[in-house]
Amino acid sequence: MITGISIYEILTVTSILFFIGVYGFITRTNLISILISVELILNAAVVNFVIINKYLFPEVLQGVYFSIFIIAVAAAETALAVSIIINLYRQISSVEVKDIETMKY
Amino acid sequence: MERIIFYCLAIAIIVFAIASVTSRKMLRSVVYLSFVLISIAGIFFLVDYNFLAAIQLTVYAGGIVVLIIFSVLLVHHIEMELEMARASKKILTAIACLIGLGVFLTAIYSYDFNVAGNSLTTTTSDIGNGLLNYGAGGFILPFEVISVLLLAAMIGSIVIAKGKKLTEKNNPAP
Repeated sequence: MITGISIYEILTVTSILFFIGVYGFITRTNLISILISVELILNAAVVNFVIINKYLFPEVLQGVYFSIFIIAVAAAETALAVSIIINLYRQISSVEVKDIETMKY
Repeated sequence: MERIIFYCLAIAIIVFAIASVTSRKMLRSVVYLSFVLISIAGIFFLVDYNFLAAIQLTVYAGGIVVLIIFSVLLVHHIEMELEMARASKKILTAIACLIGLGVFLTAIYSYDFNVAGNSLTTTTSDIGNGLLNYGAGGFILPFEVISVLLLAAMIGSIVIAKGKKLTEKNNPAP
């Protein structure tokens, strides 16, 4: 644990980070920006897992394992999202959300 | 000393995250995202999980940011400015996010966390032993599943990114 820092302050920082990600996810109109916001949200979750593990149960490592799995899933998700974005750009020459309607019906 | 470092990291995380979701230049927003990820790695170093901080630096700040920068450079013109949402939508979303943040913070601050005082160092071999452990509390099965997931995601992204050419080659025109 960090000397002099309580768990409340760290959880405050991660909550703020999570809601900044949610704000970006809703207001952005570009697929890559939405991907960036999702990364912020996932990172807030990872920090929460690690901090709660370290402060409340320092003798087990479950939070660390879950953080590793979240990071791996995020890497796979980013690779898939980038390939979908590039394929879309090839087909319709745009990555704006409002232009994408080929998979709607 | 650790207090000062933590406050610097927290301010850096919040400021760069806000800059990342509001910047109108695409590439700058990705660079701000990488600053956020590096500051989070600093927090992992502060709580003494060195292996996790190394993973954060290599996979996130190394791999994912480079991947996003590649897609930005392939898709966008660097000088192009992003289209922004309407002001009314932005204000509504900001209000909703602030209400949600208030709910989160009241829930967190009203709960009495039972903080364990002792602080022991975790070595990388502890993490590896737990991941490859068959016994109770071992994580061998999720470890296998995550490797299969990574393989499937890589094959899927290659097939999707190749797209049309692959199917044309498979079905030659009569």
